[in-house]
Amino acid sequence: MEKILFKYIDFPEQYRIDTYIKNGGYRGLPKALEELSPVQIIETVKKSGLRGRGGAGFPTGLKWGFVPKDSQKPKFLLCNADEGEPGTFKDRSLIENNPHQLIEGMIIASYAIGAHKAFIYIRGEFAFGAKRLSEAIGECYKNGYLGKNILGSGFDLDLDVYRGAGAYVCGEETSLMESIEGERANPRLKPPFPASVGLYKNPTVINNVETLSNISHIVLNGGEWFANIGMPKSTGTKIFSLSGHVNKPGNYELPMGITVRELIFEHGGGIKDDRKLKAVIPGGVSTPILTPASLDVKMDFESLYEAGSLLGSGATIVMDETSCIVKAAYRISKFFEHESCGKCVPCREGTRWIRLILERIENGKGREEDIELLRDICTNIIAKTVCPLGDAAAVPIMSSIEKFRDEYEYHIKNKKCMVDLGTRFV
Amino acid sequence: MLSEIAKKKISELKTKFPERKSAILPAMHMVLEEVGFYNKDILKQVAGLLGLSEMEVAETVSFYTYFPKEGVGKYHIQVCTNLSCMLLGAEGLVSYLEEKLKIKVGETTPDGIFTLSAVECLGSCGTAPMMQVNQIYYENLNRAKIDQIIDDLKMKK
Repeated sequence: MEKILFKYIDFPEQYRIDTYIKNGGYRGLPKALEELSPVQIIETVKKSGLRGRGGAGFPTGLKWGFVPKDSQKPKFLLCNADEGEPGTFKDRSLIENNPHQLIEGMIIASYAIGAHKAFIYIRGEFAFGAKRLSEAIGECYKNGYLGKNILGSGFDLDLDVYRGAGAYVCGEETSLMESIEGERANPRLKPPFPASVGLYKNPTVINNVETLSNISHIVLNGGEWFANIGMPKSTGTKIFSLSGHVNKPGNYELPMGITVRELIFEHGGGIKDDRKLKAVIPGGVSTPILTPASLDVKMDFESLYEAGSLLGSGATIVMDETSCIVKAAYRISKFFEHESCGKCVPCREGTRWIRLILERIENGKGREEDIELLRDICTNIIAKTVCPLGDAAAVPIMSSIEKFRDEYEYHIKNKKCMVDLGTRFV
Repeated sequence: MLSEIAKKKISELKTKFPERKSAILPAMHMVLEEVGFYNKDILKQVAGLLGLSEMEVAETVSFYTYFPKEGVGKYHIQVCTNLSCMLLGAEGLVSYLEEKLKIKVGETTPDGIFTLSAVECLGSCGTAPMMQVNQIYYENLNRAKIDQIIDDLKMKK
């Protein structure tokens, strides 16, 4: 299959506007501005079946359609580039290597929803990516792709890079808005949804980097073309970030619906050092863990959900037979405790207790009743918090107990790991 | 502490956004670039330049972990220890750095050159293990690479 987003990812200096144009860039934008009305663009995106690539999988065209047409308030487009879900590194690559593909998508999206101001919220650590984006934006202003009267169409748009500062919760859409407003990034209760009350209380659309990078291709080639790629309800390609114990880690753009096995063994070159596979986390650490029994599950929103997990960001973390599931769960719990913003008590307190209990199991001080205690705490977090961070902290722990209960029991009884972890740093 | 140019740039941020508080994080990025850390005096200066109260600035800044406080070394080594990096030896990497720099995680060398931190995912999981030194990513690390990186940084001081 021909790649869409990654076609020119390794092309020398693809980040420069002239190279981008030479390779077919900035063709979707004039088509959008000259031939299509905002409503027609939204219809095209709806027809494409494109769904949010940040993790939630919400239909993009539908989201754009929620912006009230009759509102006199200024509208905003936000690009969520706060890539922080452990295991995920696709947006970083899209930003660093092909920033204009994202910007072109953002200009079209802004035109479609009637926004004249857009921000790319990029995590603080991506200093290089922020620089690349700022340079690309500068090229756009110089060449008439941003600013007043874009390409003579009468449409105006200003685009800015806004750098975050180390808070994972800002990947949650309303926290991200709080962050741009200069507040502590505590999520907002929904409704109202951002489409009506978003940034600075104005109608706002927020989309992930990968989602927006698809837009110019959809406008250029049509919604039907995109809908014919992948699966019926999960259309298009997906960038899978493959990491952990595989021979060839990296980003792979593949049609939605390839199997976990194909991703790991065909594209990723199989398990490192010819070891056996123990577990796979398919969508970043906030998604439920899978065993080798799920190797033939297709990687798309529906199939992974049916298999008891989630596609999430498509970040696939591979663990071989020398991995300790309790240790992995403990590491994940430390992350969520650190990143909980503290607004909701179940998440603030629960993430700490999960970590404390897993820590004592990991350190050989676990108690027999700890497994049920962990499950109880998780149950009391799930669906009881304002934002999905609470669920994200609890769900992977629950699934690790469900799938690998024997490892927990062994740990508690024998006060050590079931496996010899060895050392990986050479 | 802040240069006249930085002060001018920060005050210009005051009118850049629909709300003044939006300028806090961009101002702090400028502080990081110029000074490398912040303290109470700097927050006060930033507040003054943006026309905000000191409390408003401190309240926001304290939420975010990216800006180092005064006392951080010239080179802030941040090792990713999250799952993908852990699976590929992040703990060994941290121990090796502790051994090499003769400090523990969270500490700074007596000469003020290096601070060692263990941090959350830096979005470089396909090139694990990895670390960030100030703004630069170092990936696919091993002992030989660490020796080289630390030697180079020591030479530059």
